[in-house]
Amino acid sequence: MTRADIVAEAQDAGQRLAAARDARRRERAARILAPLVVGLIALAAWDLIVRVNGIPPYILPGPALVLDSLVNDWETLWPSLLVTLEITVLALVVATFGGLLLAVLFTQSKWVELSFFPYAVVLQVTPVIAIAPLILIYVDNVHAALLICAWIVAFFPILSNTTLGLNSADRNLLALYRLYGATRWQTLRYLRLPSAMPYFLAGLRIAGGLALIGAIVAEFAAGSAGTSSGLAYRILESGYRLEIPRMFAALFLISLTGIVIFLMFTLLQHLILRRWHESAAPTDD
Amino acid sequence: MTEPAAARSVISLAGIRKAFANGVVALDGLDLNVREGEFLSLLGPSGCGKSTALRLIAGLMQADSGRLLVTPSAGPPAEAWHHDVAYVFQEPTLMPWASAFDNVWLPLRLAGISRADARQQVCEALSGVGLDGFEAAYPRQLSGGMKMRVSIARALVTRPRLLLMDEPFAALDEITRFKLNDDLLRLQQEHGWTVVFVTHSVFESVYLASRIAVMTPRPGRIAEEIAVDVPYPRTEAFRTDPRYAATCQATSAILHRAMGAAA
Repeated sequence: MTRADIVAEAQDAGQRLAAARDARRRERAARILAPLVVGLIALAAWDLIVRVNGIPPYILPGPALVLDSLVNDWETLWPSLLVTLEITVLALVVATFGGLLLAVLFTQSKWVELSFFPYAVVLQVTPVIAIAPLILIYVDNVHAALLICAWIVAFFPILSNTTLGLNSADRNLLALYRLYGATRWQTLRYLRLPSAMPYFLAGLRIAGGLALIGAIVAEFAAGSAGTSSGLAYRILESGYRLEIPRMFAALFLISLTGIVIFLMFTLLQHLILRRWHESAAPTDD
Repeated sequence: MTEPAAARSVISLAGIRKAFANGVVALDGLDLNVREGEFLSLLGPSGCGKSTALRLIAGLMQADSGRLLVTPSAGPPAEAWHHDVAYVFQEPTLMPWASAFDNVWLPLRLAGISRADARQQVCEALSGVGLDGFEAAYPRQLSGGMKMRVSIARALVTRPRLLLMDEPFAALDEITRFKLNDDLLRLQQEHGWTVVFVTHSVFESVYLASRIAVMTPRPGRIAEEIAVDVPYPRTEAFRTDPRYAATCQATSAILHRAMGAAA
């Protein structure tokens, strides 16, 4: 065996990577520019339609008016955003740890999985909007009720994805661990959890969006019942008062929050997986 | 070179039968003895139960009936067993999220040896397969041959006495396979391993093994054995040696007889 061969092989691989890097840079620029252009065209079209047809703002406000409302109503919108954000983040945190813990429990005992997984599915397939009124009745604290609603929707993707991931550890690696006398804990920590990581992160990305949806839906269901004044409540309120530009501004903030959550988890996924997982690996061609 | 008759028995299988849950009988009446320091090649067609036999020897499966005795080292048994046996799969079977170093460290880590304490042994194992300097590389940065080298380094890091290999080079190109064959022989001579090498290649068997056990198609058992009476070290020159050609021919004939007997 010659070491030179191995080094040459590695250098060859290095050159291919360098070529791929240029292609990647071009692709990244296109990835940002293309949707930006589409967005700007859509905004211009929206503005044009409103102006040409003389549509009144209480039916359809132009983009400039929405922006105006966003700035002027910031005093009311900002605290509302914080309320919605708090419920979303808390629900997500509880869903993440709960889902992870339950998934680990499922893989450690077949009986636990057989007994409880169907109920997790029931929880998932029942629309949250249908359960929310009941939860609001039984849970006195509106804040806690909203949290529960958001948690119910965010919990399942984490549980099911992580369970799948924990069970998808390579069979031969599992055999190898047995051969070397690994304990259950070692197998979980060094093999099953890392194997589940890509699945867990994908679940987290879905759950992030769902937690926001859950929070918003629950706020709608709560309506004016509580002292809570999240963004959904602002939308309802503005609707009653025909303050359509503010409705759009609140909607814009909700979308923006969803996008930020999604981007954050995409970045997290990339940072954790880039060194080893195919999904985060640069393309070769 | 045949082993002296006095060499200690490492593996002793007698009348092994193994059927799977779906009713397929993989092995029936398998007898096999392996002595210390031997390089035994288990040769047979695909699906003849070679891999099953290897998994039984490794303790990854239980036989339905028959007697199985595996004593990898002469010392006190039991507690050291996990360190005395190493297994190499057809795929490199590396953890993609771990560097080459961490992959090789695994058997020691599972035995409770810290990263710092394992450093010297891990680096020695990697350099033993010609991969010094690649400690930090991740599997996806390595070629197929290099990944297999990491896999072999992981097997030798515990300084095993018995090495079980399940068609380890079958997925590699011929040039890489030849190189790894030579490396394997060198390492085996260096460390005095007992090796059981499962393969479906007659040429690989003859090149590597001191004895070849040919298996019948399913249900598998040993059809015939043939000794390769060529002393180690064997080098590339052995591939053009008339004894190599003669043994390949004889082994092929046995393989054909074994397949014919079942048909």
